[in-house]
Amino acid sequence: MNRQISRIAIVALLLLAALIAATTYWQTWAPGGLAAKQDNAIQRVAQFRIDRGKIYASDGKTVLAQNFKKKSAGQTFYYRTYPTHGLASQVVGYSTIGRSRAGIEREENSYLTAGNANVGTIIQKLTDSLKGVTIRGNNLVLNLHVNAQKIAETALRGKCGAAVVLNPKTGQVYVMASTPSYDPNKIESPNGYASILKSPNACPGSSSALYNRATQGLYAPGSTFKTITAATALDSKIYTPKSTFFDPGYCTEYGKQVKNALDQNGPESFGNVDLVQAFIHSINAVFCELGIKLGPKRILDEAKKFGFYSKPPIELPPSEVSPSGLFDYKKHTFFDTPNIVDPGRLAFGQERMLVTPLQMALVAAGIANGGTIMTPHLVDRVTSAGGSTVVKIHPQVWKHATSQQTAAAINLMMQGVVQSGTGTAAQIPGVKVAGKTGTAETNEHNVYTAWFIFFAPADNPTVAGAIAVEHQLNGFGGAIAAPIAKQLMQALLPQASKP
Amino acid sequence: MGARALNLSYRNRELFYLAVVGVLTGLGFASVYIARQSEVSWGSLSYALFFFALYLIAHLVTRWTVPNADPYLLPMAGLLTAVGVTEIYRLGNADAFRQGLWIVIGVGLFALALWGLRRDYRVLEQYKYLFGIGAIALLFLPRFPGLGTSVNGARLWVHVGSFRFQPGEFSKIFLIVFLAAYLREKREALARARLKDVGPLLVIFGGCMLVLVSSNDLGSGLLYFGIFLAMLYVATARLSFVFAGIALFLAGGFVAYEKIAHVHERVSIWLTPWTTNKVYCPSTGGLALRQDCESYQLVKSLYSIANGGFGGTGLGKGTFTTTDGHPLIPYVNSDFIYSALAQELGLVGAAALLLVFMLFVARGMKIALQADDGFSKLLAAGLTFGFALQTFIIVGGVLRIIPLTGITLPFVSYGGSSVVANFVLLAGLLLVSNRANTHQ
Repeated sequence: MNRQISRIAIVALLLLAALIAATTYWQTWAPGGLAAKQDNAIQRVAQFRIDRGKIYASDGKTVLAQNFKKKSAGQTFYYRTYPTHGLASQVVGYSTIGRSRAGIEREENSYLTAGNANVGTIIQKLTDSLKGVTIRGNNLVLNLHVNAQKIAETALRGKCGAAVVLNPKTGQVYVMASTPSYDPNKIESPNGYASILKSPNACPGSSSALYNRATQGLYAPGSTFKTITAATALDSKIYTPKSTFFDPGYCTEYGKQVKNALDQNGPESFGNVDLVQAFIHSINAVFCELGIKLGPKRILDEAKKFGFYSKPPIELPPSEVSPSGLFDYKKHTFFDTPNIVDPGRLAFGQERMLVTPLQMALVAAGIANGGTIMTPHLVDRVTSAGGSTVVKIHPQVWKHATSQQTAAAINLMMQGVVQSGTGTAAQIPGVKVAGKTGTAETNEHNVYTAWFIFFAPADNPTVAGAIAVEHQLNGFGGAIAAPIAKQLMQALLPQASKP
Repeated sequence: MGARALNLSYRNRELFYLAVVGVLTGLGFASVYIARQSEVSWGSLSYALFFFALYLIAHLVTRWTVPNADPYLLPMAGLLTAVGVTEIYRLGNADAFRQGLWIVIGVGLFALALWGLRRDYRVLEQYKYLFGIGAIALLFLPRFPGLGTSVNGARLWVHVGSFRFQPGEFSKIFLIVFLAAYLREKREALARARLKDVGPLLVIFGGCMLVLVSSNDLGSGLLYFGIFLAMLYVATARLSFVFAGIALFLAGGFVAYEKIAHVHERVSIWLTPWTTNKVYCPSTGGLALRQDCESYQLVKSLYSIANGGFGGTGLGKGTFTTTDGHPLIPYVNSDFIYSALAQELGLVGAAALLLVFMLFVARGMKIALQADDGFSKLLAAGLTFGFALQTFIIVGGVLRIIPLTGITLPFVSYGGSSVVANFVLLAGLLLVSNRANTHQ
């Protein structure tokens, strides 16, 4: 019998050895994936026992998110508090037990809980846990400028809209505002979440305050899209800035007249103009004709080079960032099939083209930076609990959108818009400002989305951005959005004379 | 280690290792105390002292009754119960106290078994049918109205006053005694596959299986089947029986999967614990993600294990409750004690724990090899294989190697009948070992 006993002994020991192998899998290989699961209640609680890192604004002093300690059931938990009560609320997001996480709090959770794989952090965490002290997360220093962010939120207060300002050379995001905003401290207070959802909204039927309009808000770009069309025209080599067109005051498509937009300045019909003048005065008829001549495929391809149809890689959860592009309202998806697109209306930013303010800010940044779009970064650096820098974010190229020549030509056209076209409200004495207005039609009669995209100083740009204000009754981009852009540029440019 | 180098006798070696276990237990309780300072008093260390005293008594009994028995099994059992009780204590003081009481009863029964059978345990062989019928009767006990209680949809418990126990744990040992005796007697005849000798075997084994399957106790069903096949193989050396048995089991399992909702549920939890779309949820009758419904326990237990990582959170520092103290994993101190231990001790501790189980099994099998009569060999091999398979079924279920079925982790899980039955199992192994070593 001994031979059989030896054999079943081996089987028994192999079964137990398999348990060790499986435990190894679940404890070394699987934890990363499991920790990311939304229903991982253990992680959700365990993470509140970590002294979560703070989130600072760009000055390194203003605290956007920090912790307070609370003992319950014999354990110490670290809960979040937001001292600025909602400054950049959708960007910072929240971290709560009941509602999980949003914004940077969600996307950068691993840094904030010291779960990132940097050698220094791992050693720090290991020594903390061996010493039996609380594990401390890493801090984040954002690129957000407190002052400019406050100006943007004040200017947008009472409206629904968004402002994005970034450095076109580095991609550092100085301002990302979305209104209405909310106080993240209220998320977990009794009825707080419900009250945020139900809070009075300046624009009925529009999304709640939790929604980051800068990255998720989808609006028709209107005439701001003419930058893409103009870039397509120049890149096609068929047109130059000097190419001439005749503006009859309307454009004929499918046998019907498409009237010029309301916000072009000047006469109903300009007659003979070149591309620069058509851009400066935002003449729809010319762009409509351009669209027909170029065809929708060329325009869509150019748009893709500027980042349309992909989510800009920014430090926010992918679910809180939307791509831009032609949108099928029935299927609720983006599409890029050129043969079912009205080219004339596409060329001046209507059709079913929907964009996020972030995407339009990146278009402005791309023109400003000689045709190259840098990856937008909300985070400047990650620092350890002790203060040393763990990770420094370096500028990175996101898209090579267009050539330097094309970018330079459009730069001049955009300067013209501010000097003598539709965007004069953005003029700043002593600073060359470039911009493009947009007044996008919506489904409601006479209700527009007011746009302004801009950068400055035009010959050496350090700020670029986009402002979008939705639900404006007879409100035009040049009148509503351009003044906000002016305020932000004044706040961010040292050479601008302060008001 | 040290004890062997010092050329100590078996019993002195046992004492030495028990002392080591005593120190470990003290350290374990101390670390739980330190981690949860606000709640635990210094009195908790009396647990460790009490524990050591208890095992000292068990040791004195072995000195007197089985002087030549294996010296490692008792300290290992001591270590496993200590680990179990420490973790149970950390999860809730009241249960730890009750578990301590059960360990006292277990040690009592252990002493009683050693004392009663110290001259020759082989008298048991004469009562084989009593054991066989006893095995079925014990399994049947919870079915009697007024006696049985249903817990989580399985009627496995017997209530006598405020006392609750699971007779199935003892039935397993009875069945092993019956199989050892019966197979020893009929092994040649069985190897030739003579049908008339198979009769009683099939009646008793089949009876057990029928009761188990009809009471939804799938884990025990699998355990009994495995023990049966292993012992049949040891007795007859016919691998074909094993393969036929496995084929039969797979076929039966497939039919059960198709026809029995309870089995189907267990298998689908095992195969796809996480769903991206909502599926039917039997407990609410509505639709839900499976991880929020049927596989809730398994998934939470996996999160617990994963949270331990390589080094663990440390004893007393794991996460088992929400911030307001509600438990996150149901049955964490019985069916899921392994996921609690794996979280707090990490891979290092969990692997060490499993190595103790492996050592226990290796010593048990060594006893089976050393025994010089068929009944003793079969008894020791059956008890040891049952011990190993039970560990595999529960821990393998928790680790998603096999579908999860609720049975206890020997010596570690919270559960009176399990602890007591395992002490009886330990007594059986020591008796066989003592006899084998005395005759050499």
